[in-house]
Amino acid sequence: MAAQKQYELVYIASPDATEDQLTELQSLVEGIVTKANGTIDNADVWGRRRLAYQIGRHKEGHYVVLLFSCAGELVKELDRRLKVNDTIIRHLIVRVDEELQKAARAKQRRDDETRRRRVARGLPPEPTPEELMAKQAALDNQDDGEI
Amino acid sequence: MSFDKPDQDERGGRGGRSGGGRGERGAGGAGGRRGGFRRKRVCKFRTEKIDYVDYKDVRMLSQFVPERGKIQPRRLTGTSAKYQRKLQVAIKRARFLALLPYATD
Repeated sequence: MAAQKQYELVYIASPDATEDQLTELQSLVEGIVTKANGTIDNADVWGRRRLAYQIGRHKEGHYVVLLFSCAGELVKELDRRLKVNDTIIRHLIVRVDEELQKAARAKQRRDDETRRRRVARGLPPEPTPEELMAKQAALDNQDDGEI
Repeated sequence: MSFDKPDQDERGGRGGRSGGGRGERGAGGAGGRRGGFRRKRVCKFRTEKIDYVDYKDVRMLSQFVPERGKIQPRRLTGTSAKYQRKLQVAIKRARFLALLPYATD
């Protein structure tokens, strides 16, 4: 069995689609993924949103973001099925596992380094609540200056 | 320290937006430097510790895409090379999904 990879799918359904059609789409995608031993990790429905430019005759779209894990071979099939579907006006599948892992590792490294330095300075490894509040206040001030 | 080639200073693409607030600080240090002041630019992703450049985060991306729809060059924004590359991909994905315009006029 091929290794599972994590992908992110964003699809834009036509704004004319009915509730039924939208749920049907949802179950269609879920069905394809689960049938191939994949899992849906997260689903985020943005809902109607203005498009930055017209796609065909549409000026609005119904956005749905899905995070799922599956074998790589499934993506081709999913992509084809989405292309054929008429209610979907656009979709994008992106592999995200490596990027997210890299980001998580970078964050981990940075946090470790911060803790190490704090201990070296004789402070507790985690910032105290007072420090956090002071930091937040400084950030807020900075934002005001920016705008 | 905040030494920049003077010819870049005239390209006020960024200066217009950031206003005078930051410029004053530069004025104190640099004195009478010709052709406007330039604030020290830093990479947004490094200072704010954003590790993953998300193509769905329109508010973040639009800071790097001015009105016209073009991607702001990093000599104006100060983004590091590593993150400019990621940003470029993210913006192009966002464009494909009609979250950002390809061009506007």
